[in-house]
Amino acid sequence: MLLRPRYEDIAVIAYHIGKIIVAVSLCLILPLLTAFVFQEKAPVFDFIIALGSSLSLGLFLMIVFKTDKELRWMHGMVIVSLAWLILAVLGAVPLYLSGHWRSFLDAVFDGMSGYTTTGLTLVQDLDHLSMSHQMWRHLIMFIGGQGIVIVALGFLTRGAGGAFKIYVGEARDERILPNVVQTARFIWTISIVYLVVGTLLLGGIAVLEGMPPLRAFFHGAWIFMAAYDTGGFAPQSQNILYYHSFLFELATIMIMFLGIINFKLHFTLWTGNRREFWRDIEIITLSSTIIFTFLFVAAGLAKADVYPQAVGLFRKGFYQLISAHTGTGYMTLYASQLTQFWPALALVGLIVAMGLGGAMCSTTGGIKALRVGLVFKAFIQDVKQLMQPETAVLVEKFHHIKDLILEDRQLRSAALIFLAYLGLFLLGSIAGMACGYPFLDSLFESASAGANVGLSCGITSASMPAALKLVYIFQMWLGRLEFVAVFTLIGFIMAMAKGK
Amino acid sequence: MGRQHVTGNRQQATGYMLFFACSLWLVACSYCCFAQPISSTELIKNAKEYDGKRVVYQGEVIGDVMVRRYSAWLNLSDGENTVGVWVRKELLPQIEYVGSYLQKGDTLEIEGVFQASCPQHGGDLDIHAEKVKILARGYKIEEKISPLKQRWARNLSLSAALLFACFFIREKRNRWKRRLKI
Repeated sequence: MLLRPRYEDIAVIAYHIGKIIVAVSLCLILPLLTAFVFQEKAPVFDFIIALGSSLSLGLFLMIVFKTDKELRWMHGMVIVSLAWLILAVLGAVPLYLSGHWRSFLDAVFDGMSGYTTTGLTLVQDLDHLSMSHQMWRHLIMFIGGQGIVIVALGFLTRGAGGAFKIYVGEARDERILPNVVQTARFIWTISIVYLVVGTLLLGGIAVLEGMPPLRAFFHGAWIFMAAYDTGGFAPQSQNILYYHSFLFELATIMIMFLGIINFKLHFTLWTGNRREFWRDIEIITLSSTIIFTFLFVAAGLAKADVYPQAVGLFRKGFYQLISAHTGTGYMTLYASQLTQFWPALALVGLIVAMGLGGAMCSTTGGIKALRVGLVFKAFIQDVKQLMQPETAVLVEKFHHIKDLILEDRQLRSAALIFLAYLGLFLLGSIAGMACGYPFLDSLFESASAGANVGLSCGITSASMPAALKLVYIFQMWLGRLEFVAVFTLIGFIMAMAKGK
Repeated sequence: MGRQHVTGNRQQATGYMLFFACSLWLVACSYCCFAQPISSTELIKNAKEYDGKRVVYQGEVIGDVMVRRYSAWLNLSDGENTVGVWVRKELLPQIEYVGSYLQKGDTLEIEGVFQASCPQHGGDLDIHAEKVKILARGYKIEEKISPLKQRWARNLSLSAALLFACFFIREKRNRWKRRLKI
């Protein structure tokens, strides 16, 4: 029997959503300052409108629904799923006001793509977009990659009461430190340190490659934000191809790798335990799947003779593959080249890589290495079991930060999410085909949206049907939150309508 | 008889001349057709056909002129896509404006060899320029601020400030109440 939520439930949800909105909307101050620094007058008003509307909504919810009631798991899940939707809409306000998006739906698409670190975009004339709007696009990617709840926990919450329940809703069920607020602050600390180092590295390379220092600095910061948070937005329409630099490609590959590592593993590395890196099941799985999928891509490209020279094959093939596997979506070629010149085998390699994704508790999307590793281990265990006498009991172990025993409970959860992702990719593919696109292109774009990657074979454009835009928005949202929070929201809405 | 022979020779010579002129005209025509600027979409879509051929491409200089030792990278946008152009320094004209938020970049016409997968630049799709010409100078773009936006910005700032004041006062009052209870 479904129980109809009471007013207190709605109040708890609304109050916390208000808090998250206020915390995230304060981030609008950064692009506003950028507009002042670069003397961009029109964007100043865009950001004042966005800041005013977001703060008003957040404060209104906090005043009207003020409550001290404890959070329950259901509240946490509904808060997270609703907050991501509302923030995508609010984040779209300054984008739409810039005039570079054809409709508000297109701006919401980019808002969701940014927060979920997908990187698919419907922007028009990106090369003439203001510096402040560029700052906002990349900042929402950074905020989304860290997790919007992490933003709220890092800045607004003093106590940890109930906070873990919202934190888990964001597909982060691993606590690095005993206290979830400390965990949030640790994630912010390492991200800020990496941001400074990464900006200096990329900015330095950009200066070496001929860019003026100020622009190089901003490009360095933006590219870092989008690469580390495995997002994929870039300040120029050619994406990473704009820089025509091998060094830049190498640096972004390194940063994308940093982005797919579990924050818990970052913590163990920071504490000096370097041996841990090569023992972890996620790193072993990631290394294996990268090699496996690259074989597909390289074999396909070599057979079709797309890049006659080995250097070209490696630079283009490996970069696109790493970008796909890490869920970043950076490209060093044109979207239409993928469908026109890349053979099906290479595209399948990219699709598989996109679906697999990076590590748990990282900024990446997709099925995730831990789940893939566990399913594979279970498969091996079953084969081993068949070879043993029937009375023998085999115990399979794996190493993830510590030695663990493979249990049915973990396996069930991994297999369920695995299947849910396959269903999600199928949904987008069917929608793409229903809109008249070929099967492989539809599957490619759907995997890219559902796994929050951002590589495009050309379907994603302002001229695609509005229904498909909505499907991709839904896929990005569902893929980022890993289903549970969104399904809880659906259950909550059903309980509101049909509950007793 | 002799006159007829001379006339026949003349006619033959005229025929040859005509044939030669026609051939020359056809070659010139084909050259002119080839010298027509090609759009970026056409280049990217038919990259294999244009690979290694001389092409003419026009576009606005976008972002930065990235000088690398003896050459430079320009990124030229024709409104459909942006294509990278590799130019030797001595061919590089004085670029005054590059396309950005407040600037329309200089429009260039370049003639050069198109590479679908450039062996010199790690498989990039690019053009190695051999002739560069400035077609139009860029200019500064005037910002237009809509009065409606200004009004909305004022009203929403006011609403946020009022709500913040309400929130702040209530929080203070609650804190006082808690202290009094203690």
